[in-house]
Amino acid sequence: MSTKNWPLWEIFVRSKNGLEHRHFGSLHAADAEMALENARDVYTRRNEGVSIWVVESKHITASNPEHNGEMFEPAQDKVYRHPTFYDLPDEIKHM
Amino acid sequence: MKAGISLRETMKNNLYKYILGIADNSLILGQRIGELCGHGPSLETDIACTNLSLDLFGQVRSYYQYAAKIAGDDRTEDDIAMLRKERDYINVLLVEQPNRDFAYIIGRQFLFDVYHYLFLTELQKSKDLTLSAIATKSLKEVSYHLRFSSDWVKRLGDGTEESHAKMQDAIDGLWTYTDELFHQTDADKQMVSEGIGVDVTKLKDTYYNNVAEVLTEATIQVPELKYFQKGGKQGIHTEHMGYLLAELQYMQRAYPNMEW
Repeated sequence: MSTKNWPLWEIFVRSKNGLEHRHFGSLHAADAEMALENARDVYTRRNEGVSIWVVESKHITASNPEHNGEMFEPAQDKVYRHPTFYDLPDEIKHM
Repeated sequence: MKAGISLRETMKNNLYKYILGIADNSLILGQRIGELCGHGPSLETDIACTNLSLDLFGQVRSYYQYAAKIAGDDRTEDDIAMLRKERDYINVLLVEQPNRDFAYIIGRQFLFDVYHYLFLTELQKSKDLTLSAIATKSLKEVSYHLRFSSDWVKRLGDGTEESHAKMQDAIDGLWTYTDELFHQTDADKQMVSEGIGVDVTKLKDTYYNNVAEVLTEATIQVPELKYFQKGGKQGIHTEHMGYLLAELQYMQRAYPNMEW
């Protein structure tokens, strides 16, 4: 018997029209078509989705957690980058 | 007057039997693939097969509820599903065949799905509105089943040398049970003449064409066979059926009327 493992795929599901696809998890499949079918069975069996994207995990380039210091910490003390220092007129809603 | 009543009785009995003939196929196949729950070849196929099983059980409930209503006595859908004797189940032999290996499971599913899809497509036109509604609802699920099993037949058939051999072996082994799908019981014949039932004899050519198309793409040889097995529709089952029912019925037999 072949002991070769199927590659890993990342699954993105859009739960409602108008919403963005969200990362749901990952699963194994031999190719993209099978990944779609597996995702359908694993992640949308309780009516969670209207659309599925699959991406083979190896195609995702991820930031290295070891570099979190230089990547993300400089932003921590720069609250002025949030647009919270403006007085908004009452007429403007939903900001 | 007396003849009128007995005619109505016959009609009722035949409709009841007809519904069971459809539902028993799905119940027994559902039980077979349900056996894979927690034992599938991979987590993903395990869930996929369990889904097929749950789809079939859902359909079966609608049929048995309707049959219980037709029967008009105190029997319930659960009684019909769980408490009959082996000879009273009238599913085809194909669906009770054991889960020998994954190719066998896929082969059995595929050979049934092609039939099931054609059957439900026709049942939608039934004069019996309950049956046609169940057919329309089930057809979406079964379209996916057919897509799933056809894909896997092609993957295994046109896969490695080993998977090809196993797929070919499964189709060769199961082929003998395909012809029975197109046999008619007396109940079937009456339901066809009433415009309620599907004339399965008319599905046969399309069935074998559709099957051959997928098998050819899967590089699987279409078996040639002269003699076929039959008996399920008369309640005469293979030796595997008793074991299947023992597991299916255990809970209701051991703890009558239990619910959860």
